[in-house]
Amino acid sequence: MQLSIPAQQTSGQPNRWILILRYMRRNKSLVVGLAMLAFLLIFSIGGSLLIDTSTRAYPLAAPAVQPPSPEYPLGTDRDGRDLLAVMARGILLTGSIGVMAGTIGLVVGVIVGFVAGYYGGWIDSVIRWLTEVLMTIPALILQIIIASTIVDKNKVTIFTMAGVASILSWMGTARIVRSQVLTLRERTFVNMAKLSGMGNLEIIFRELMPNMLPYLAASFVGAVMGGIGSSFGLEILGLGPAREPTIGMTIRWAQFHSAIFNRWWWWVLWPSLVLIIIFASLSLINRGLDEIANPRVRRSE
Amino acid sequence: MRLSYVIRRFLFFLLVMWSAATVLFFVPRLSPINPIRERFAEIQRSTGYAPRDMEQLVKAFEAKFGLNKPLIEQYFDYISGLARGDLGYSLMRYPRTVNELIGQALPWTIGLVTVTTLLTFLIGTAIGALAGWPRSPGWVKGMVTPLMVLAAVPPYLLGLVLIYFIAFRAKLLPLSGAYTTTRFNAPELSLEFLLDVGRHAILPALSLIVASVGFWALGMRGMGVTVLGEDYVNFAEHKGLKQGRIFYWYYVRNAILPQVTGLALAFGSIVSAGILVEYLYGFPGIGSLLNAAIGANDFFVIYGIGMITIFAVGFSMMVVDILYPLLDPRIRYDRR
Repeated sequence: MQLSIPAQQTSGQPNRWILILRYMRRNKSLVVGLAMLAFLLIFSIGGSLLIDTSTRAYPLAAPAVQPPSPEYPLGTDRDGRDLLAVMARGILLTGSIGVMAGTIGLVVGVIVGFVAGYYGGWIDSVIRWLTEVLMTIPALILQIIIASTIVDKNKVTIFTMAGVASILSWMGTARIVRSQVLTLRERTFVNMAKLSGMGNLEIIFRELMPNMLPYLAASFVGAVMGGIGSSFGLEILGLGPAREPTIGMTIRWAQFHSAIFNRWWWWVLWPSLVLIIIFASLSLINRGLDEIANPRVRRSE
Repeated sequence: MRLSYVIRRFLFFLLVMWSAATVLFFVPRLSPINPIRERFAEIQRSTGYAPRDMEQLVKAFEAKFGLNKPLIEQYFDYISGLARGDLGYSLMRYPRTVNELIGQALPWTIGLVTVTTLLTFLIGTAIGALAGWPRSPGWVKGMVTPLMVLAAVPPYLLGLVLIYFIAFRAKLLPLSGAYTTTRFNAPELSLEFLLDVGRHAILPALSLIVASVGFWALGMRGMGVTVLGEDYVNFAEHKGLKQGRIFYWYYVRNAILPQVTGLALAFGSIVSAGILVEYLYGFPGIGSLLNAAIGANDFFVIYGIGMITIFAVGFSMMVVDILYPLLDPRIRYDRR
């Protein structure tokens, strides 16, 4: 039997997948977070494929305020939305607001951070002054002012939500990238690249970026979380997309129609549960990525 | 020596305030939306009252609020108003000023959020310090991860859960408001009233506390682990000092510095931290005022609340920068 062991394992270096599995056993928060996220995505994509969410997640698709029943497993709301369809579609909508806001935040943050850290000088001073000013403006307040004054309340879409939510989401990324660039800039390998005649852009993309990938991944997840959080705040205050069944709008309508006092518990429970799972999974993923990026955190386990 | 630093920092604070005020002035004016017309449209929608001379009415009000002047003149009026602490008139309760409305709401908010911020800081820092200490039992160390997950959840959601289970199902505490309006007509200074306010404030305070304890615990534990790796802790252990002494005077004393800075910064966001929770519980603070202003298109109240929050944050940042060298003697600004 000894002879049938595959050559790969006898060569001393275990299989790549085994290494990944071993790492995953150590990094529990990353695994749990990813599993929760996968659950939400399977629920939402599966739900969208099995039932027609483009009609059933909107008003007048079902009898009003039905408690959960075999026909409507999660119940219906006062305007006749099937809450199962609302949840399936809402996760996708809320998720895409977050991903869009996170992407804008990441791209802008990386550019600003690199420019400030790599070129330094007066550009750096101007950027630092700008972030200092913007940091004093609480994100929610600036977003409320923009959402309530620039945008027409009745024409809000998920794209405007993502735009408003991304306004300040670049600053965290910019700060991390800047400080990382400052420490990496003076390393020997960067000087080496300079001496060998690489251009600035080439150094940034070929030498600096790969070293910062875990940081960038963590700050992307952070920006997605921030985007979902601030769009949730705006939706609660009635500045969200009134026609779309995002998770935040569902809670807004439930509160608007005093669902709790009317004993329509299912209308509040499902969206709150979904949002709590979304935030919990993203924060666990963020922590897992942080552990990869910043091995010092590991010591405290 | 240090005085020049304080002066420089104060000038920077003024510069930041001025820039933020300028942003707040120009952002709304980029849009074609006219606040006065929006307000009248809102009245029309909600009451069905549609005056025939609507356009004239809008013009008259624009003149009253100075919105018909050239932009640059409006800007100077606005900045000089701010410098005097004058935030203008409210649109929804017209003859009353924004200062008056904010003045009424602010004490509620400050009362609620100051207490919760302090409690959160104490509880979170204590948990974090114990969780980072090697001799703590395992369950204390394991507390940080669930608390951190809770910290990612908006307090509003925790508030919804608390309202449902504690106030609605179990009927242990009042559902909303800041005091029992059937017992007291207006706020008064008596023990009974204060107890009543306390009962109403428990749930909003609890949602704010649970949602941010994890943040403080994580920060304290991270810093504590770094301190434990320092040579002076090692030295103290080898000298045979008592564990308690090392814990308080070597470990906590050094790890707590960034926490104190964080606390000062957290006081800056006192005005804005509780906005959604206050609205959820119908607590008559800034959050409820802001929500009413958004609903009624009262832009001047929205800008006023914006300015107050920015002032609070900018001011606390300045105080932190000035006080930090006193807390941590290793930091000196004058020589670099």
